[in-house]
Amino acid sequence: MYDFNYHKPQTVKDALSLFKEADDGIYLAGGHTLIPAMKVRLRAPTDVIDLSGVDGLIGIREESGALVIGALTTHDTVATSEVVARAIPALNSLAASIGDAQVRNRGTIGGSVANNDPAADYPAGVLALGATIKTDRREISASEFFTAMFETALEEDELIQSISFPIVESAAYIKFPNPASRYATVGVFISRHGGQVSVAITGAAATVFRCPEMEQALSDNFAEVALDSIQLNADDMNSDMHASAEYRAHLCVVMAKRAVASMS
Amino acid sequence: MSITVNLIVNGKAVTQTCPENTTLVELIREKLQLSGTHVGCDTSQCGACTVHMNGRAVKACTVLVAQAEGSDVTTIEGIGTADDLHPMQSAFKECHGLQCGFCTPGMIMAAIDLVNRENELDEQTIREGLEGNFCRCTGYHNIVEAVGNAAARMKE
Amino acid sequence: MVQQSIGERVLRKEDLRFITGKGNYTDDINLPGQAYACFVRSPVAHASINSLDISAAAGADGVIAVLTGQQVAEDNLGSLPCGWMVHSKDGSEMKQPFHPVLATDKINYVGEPVAVVVAETYLAAKNASELVEVDYEEIEAVVDISSAQSAADIYPEVPGNTVYQWELGEKADTEKAISQAAHVTRISLTNNRLIPNAIEPRAAIADYNTGTQDLTLYTTSQNPGLARLILTAFVQIAPEHKLRIIAPDVGGGFGSKIFVYSEETALAWASMKLGIPIKWTAERSESFLADAHGRDHVTEVELAMDDEGHFLGLHVKTIANMGAYLSTFASAVPTYLYGTLLAGQYKTPNIYVEVDAVVTNTAPVDAYRGAGRPEAAYLLERIVEIAAREMNLDPVEIRRRNFIQPADFPYQTPVALEYDSGDYEASLNKALEMADYAGFAERKEEAASRGNKRGIGFSCYIEACGLAPSQVAGSLGAGVGLWESGEVRVNPTGTVTVLTGSHSHGQGHETTFAQLVASKFGISVDDVEVVHGDTGKLDFGMGTYGSRSLAVGGSALSKAADKVIAKGKKIAAHMLESDVENIDFEDGEFKVRESNQSKTFQEIAFAAYVPHDYPLEELEPGLSEKAFYDPENFTFPAGAHICEVEIDPDTGVVDIVKFTAVDDFGTIINPMIVEGQVHGGIAQGIGQALLEQCVYDETGQLLTGSYMDYCMPRADDLPNFDVGMTCTPCTHNPVGAKGCGEAGAIGSPPAVINAITDALGVMEIEMPATSERVWRAMQQAGGA
Repeated sequence: MYDFNYHKPQTVKDALSLFKEADDGIYLAGGHTLIPAMKVRLRAPTDVIDLSGVDGLIGIREESGALVIGALTTHDTVATSEVVARAIPALNSLAASIGDAQVRNRGTIGGSVANNDPAADYPAGVLALGATIKTDRREISASEFFTAMFETALEEDELIQSISFPIVESAAYIKFPNPASRYATVGVFISRHGGQVSVAITGAAATVFRCPEMEQALSDNFAEVALDSIQLNADDMNSDMHASAEYRAHLCVVMAKRAVASMS
Repeated sequence: MSITVNLIVNGKAVTQTCPENTTLVELIREKLQLSGTHVGCDTSQCGACTVHMNGRAVKACTVLVAQAEGSDVTTIEGIGTADDLHPMQSAFKECHGLQCGFCTPGMIMAAIDLVNRENELDEQTIREGLEGNFCRCTGYHNIVEAVGNAAARMKE
Repeated sequence: MVQQSIGERVLRKEDLRFITGKGNYTDDINLPGQAYACFVRSPVAHASINSLDISAAAGADGVIAVLTGQQVAEDNLGSLPCGWMVHSKDGSEMKQPFHPVLATDKINYVGEPVAVVVAETYLAAKNASELVEVDYEEIEAVVDISSAQSAADIYPEVPGNTVYQWELGEKADTEKAISQAAHVTRISLTNNRLIPNAIEPRAAIADYNTGTQDLTLYTTSQNPGLARLILTAFVQIAPEHKLRIIAPDVGGGFGSKIFVYSEETALAWASMKLGIPIKWTAERSESFLADAHGRDHVTEVELAMDDEGHFLGLHVKTIANMGAYLSTFASAVPTYLYGTLLAGQYKTPNIYVEVDAVVTNTAPVDAYRGAGRPEAAYLLERIVEIAAREMNLDPVEIRRRNFIQPADFPYQTPVALEYDSGDYEASLNKALEMADYAGFAERKEEAASRGNKRGIGFSCYIEACGLAPSQVAGSLGAGVGLWESGEVRVNPTGTVTVLTGSHSHGQGHETTFAQLVASKFGISVDDVEVVHGDTGKLDFGMGTYGSRSLAVGGSALSKAADKVIAKGKKIAAHMLESDVENIDFEDGEFKVRESNQSKTFQEIAFAAYVPHDYPLEELEPGLSEKAFYDPENFTFPAGAHICEVEIDPDTGVVDIVKFTAVDDFGTIINPMIVEGQVHGGIAQGIGQALLEQCVYDETGQLLTGSYMDYCMPRADDLPNFDVGMTCTPCTHNPVGAKGCGEAGAIGSPPAVINAITDALGVMEIEMPATSERVWRAMQQAGGA
């Protein structure tokens, strides 16, 4: 790791001003993406602003039809939360599928969502559920948040404070993990509410995306067979040594069917 | 730049000043000379550096010392002694759950956390629960047996 | 006192330190005043070095020195040698490129060390390493092994990038058998390249004492004695008696810690140059780039049979990748550890094998668990399985028809080896019973009812271990002898210190060897201490690889213990006023035959060191004996592995639902440890078959350079293993042991692939059989 200045602000306001003062500042949540990147010298911030001392960023609560998860809530907390289990149990299983036990004990939802790794799990849940990302200055809808690979609608110094997930009738997340990294080769999150179905897919393309073909088919008939005729265009998919675009396109449908099966 | 941190390691208060880019595992191995915690990779996967921080297993290679300020850290040296082994340590020996021994401290620390947080452990849940720890020697067969064996003793 | 004898599951003596965090690995050692090294590595695979500017790095904070290949050359260090000369068909010697400690004017693989920065802290060394400016002029890289021989030469001294063209067996007879056979099965296959990945990365501390001029090298070595010989006699770092190599606790090796590498050599040289202790511990990303890799063959095979499936001839043509340089044992792996094993467990009368070894712009390739034998077993057990399917024979039956029978031993194969003992059908029968082969059809049907494809695969492997009869090895090109040293020091109180040239890095020698010696003397295992891994304490020894430690190292100890007993009998005869011929030694007592007079082992030990009542005129005091054991032959562990898989037809994911291994390792000292070795070997074999693959792109960049992309088997990737044993003792070593360390990695890959192809109803699938490859095979077979 290169040298850096470490800061631990107590308030959001202080965090923002530290960020502004820094040459090349970065926020630190659980650190399980940032620290490995810094260790192999792919990231070299001048100032690391640790958010763990800021009040109000941790916690899970149900609030007017939504499940609100604080940005610094760990994956393990979400995975094992009874509040989550009552509201959107699919988020329990999504969080439980991230990384490994030690990673889940440190990694956070805010860090994951802000990073927008194309193979991260949370973006699928955030997008499919139509969550709202609450920052220090505004609310951003999921559909506008994930803009490109590793890029989001966040301004440079903008801080996620919480993510609010509308509580839906049913939802499921099924993941096909990369056997080496255990990130999602393909991860499909389906939510269903009031006859509306939304399907978001992570891992398969440059960034998480909604799948209108599947949504339409499942809105008409919420059953595995409805997906039989779906063939996603492999041209839009990632291709690497772990999975070709064609295989990913195939897996999207298989994982979606499994999600539907688990919801039926 | 340096930073001074205060934490508890294996029950003892520790105050150390080190560069800000120091990780918890570097503090443990190099400053505190507790060499039982190992480093086997640089991408936060192998789990050889696993310790407990406030009672939960973490990869000490992926925690900055500053993040450990005020925390209670337990390493392999803090869970039992030669005369009074932790049940997980005993089980690893009795089940031949180690060969070269390099992954063993991290494996034991992860396994203790697994038993502490899961009520029901069968072969499959133990295997899944050890996802964050690599062993290249044992093929995991005897590790899985050791964890099951220790879990029964720890819940007694 | 608990007496524990051969064959008991004695818990390991070494475990207490490991489970309490008190192990002593190289990186745990710190010397006063030590500096730290960081290597500057090439980011490109093939290039000329136009210039190298160290000035900024040398002036950076905390930097003590920046040393380059130019300085190594000025100090006249030799090439890192390959220790086994292999001759081509035409009698010419293999072509060996000069392997510099640090590159001078040419880069030949990504990660090749160019310079070493020595600084007060590792961080300072690493920061400064980024300031070393190297101007690389890139050359097109040679990466693909199939086309390497027609690519531009990497080295002028290796024309056609071909190191050797080796052959073994009778070409004309084999071709005739194939041309006249009722049936010939033909396949092409790849043995995938692997990265060993011991969990402890390589590390070293070199400590040169300017006053005594002694150099001590603490390092992660499987064979400190051999490393010292290479560093002194070949690389000429220092005189042999002035170099002490200590390999303390070593966190796994699997072959990768046999070799003498650039980094440890550079460290030793730098410490002498600078007069300070210097430490280096590899980051995992360096291990991926610069540890010797394993396997990497492409092969074509033909197997000729009569119309009943009796094997008549086998022709094998292989191209083996050596990587950029010939590593320590590299040349022997695809020849004497491979071609010689192609008879397998079968009475194939005609065998001919040709191996072309090529250089490429990739990391050096050398022995990795099994080393040549997994490649041999894989092609043989794959083609036998396919032959059975083509001939409509049960895969078990075709093997039975061709097995070498117990009455055939000693059995001379057509590929040089003479097998001493074995009972292949016994192992197969036991495995079939344990695996419930009879119930397989029912299980397959049940799996089909759940929508899954179930398959079963067999592998009846053999290996040659116990390396090796020195004169045979020497006649085949080995640069060293392959005996082992052992010393049994009985202390005055009757406890025993055992010194061995073998090295334990997970194998449990401290227990197994203690058990062996304790049982010889009828004393407790707790009273035996095993010392290994320090050339300052031990006789020259050859170390641990090739499943040789018990068969060779253990035999040396057995012989040394016999000498102790022989001397003890003389002492006892004197003390008991009898003739030495009348003294028997059993259960820890020297007894006068047909009398009640006896002396305990401890009494004799005490008398040897306090020789008041002692035949000093005939016998020296003391009770400490050495032996150097040179094996008469290789040993031939063999066994049968059966793998049962279920495949998810939607995704291609393979689940190993049952894995059975029955092995014949000869005499077993500690079954618990042996089973553990088998488990670990199978895990690596399953890793090769399903998960692991080292990938370079066409420019020679390593794509699988971290655990994010190189798939290590995790606990939830593997099943429990059903392990059983049969026993035909080795006939020519005093222990009767054959070796067990590599068997799992040799036997398992073909069993897994045979099971997958059986489930899918296809003939071939490449390793690793990733879910995508399996899915594609199903697509092609139209069975998804």
